[in-house]
Amino acid sequence: MNTTPEIHRDDLASKTGMWFFLFTEMLLFGGLFIVYSVYRFRNAEAFHLAAKELNVTIGTINTIILLVSSTTIAMSITAIQKKDKRLALLLLCTTILLGLAFLVNKYFEWGEHLKEHIYPGSAVLALRGQGDVLFYGLYFFMTGLHALHIIIGLIFIGVITVRIYKDKIKYDNFVLLENSGLYWHLVDLIWIFLFPLFYLIT
Amino acid sequence: MENEKNHIIPYRTFLYILALLITLTLTSVAITQIYLGTLTVMLALLIAAIKSSFVLRIFMHLKFENKMFSIAVIAVVLILSVVIIITFLDYLYR
Repeated sequence: MNTTPEIHRDDLASKTGMWFFLFTEMLLFGGLFIVYSVYRFRNAEAFHLAAKELNVTIGTINTIILLVSSTTIAMSITAIQKKDKRLALLLLCTTILLGLAFLVNKYFEWGEHLKEHIYPGSAVLALRGQGDVLFYGLYFFMTGLHALHIIIGLIFIGVITVRIYKDKIKYDNFVLLENSGLYWHLVDLIWIFLFPLFYLIT
Repeated sequence: MENEKNHIIPYRTFLYILALLITLTLTSVAITQIYLGTLTVMLALLIAAIKSSFVLRIFMHLKFENKMFSIAVIAVVLILSVVIIITFLDYLYR
């Protein structure tokens, strides 16, 4: 098969690099989870009451949106391996749309909080006590950092989609698609823990 | 020359896993609405851990990948667990 000169490529190294980057992300969010659990331990009552104010329905819908989007990007890898470019593009566009839907939901969710003057540094929030300040500080920071990862993931997937459309990524060189998938799954993974910690455990 | 053996996962597998993940999500929502206390926290985190193991093994291909990746992921989880345990030993017994 190797009759034409080819550029050296090492897919395993490429994936290894991506995984190492993901480990730093896991430790970043892991550190924040530790901060959350210590503050929760020290302000159990305030965290209990504050967590009850979050909208479980929107949280559940967003969880399902992310799970479906993870499935579609995982399936797009199968599609490209089977040389089905059209289906791969369709699945990736679905992933992007679902990611955008997640952000729209977040917009409305945060909008509700802002209407009630609940945001980091707000005077109304300060009056409610230290526990509430800590809970909402962590809530906005962690879901905000997660949303930032969604935006980065969407840009990443968008670039990959264009490259597949232009036939720069095909059935024999899709490691970049795999890496964007890994990143997207990590974002999903983080949400799998954020959701019960903020919305469910009251 | 093949760069590596590529394992093609059937579409069906992903759909089964998705159904399982959504079921687990709804279960954890239901459980946390009923119970109260430490048990709720334990169950919710246990379900989250089960869900992430499916995402890691199937969606992120760890099951079909070089073992090195799985070992590294386990190492990261262990490091985090150790830090959590040490932090709480400090807060509980200081």
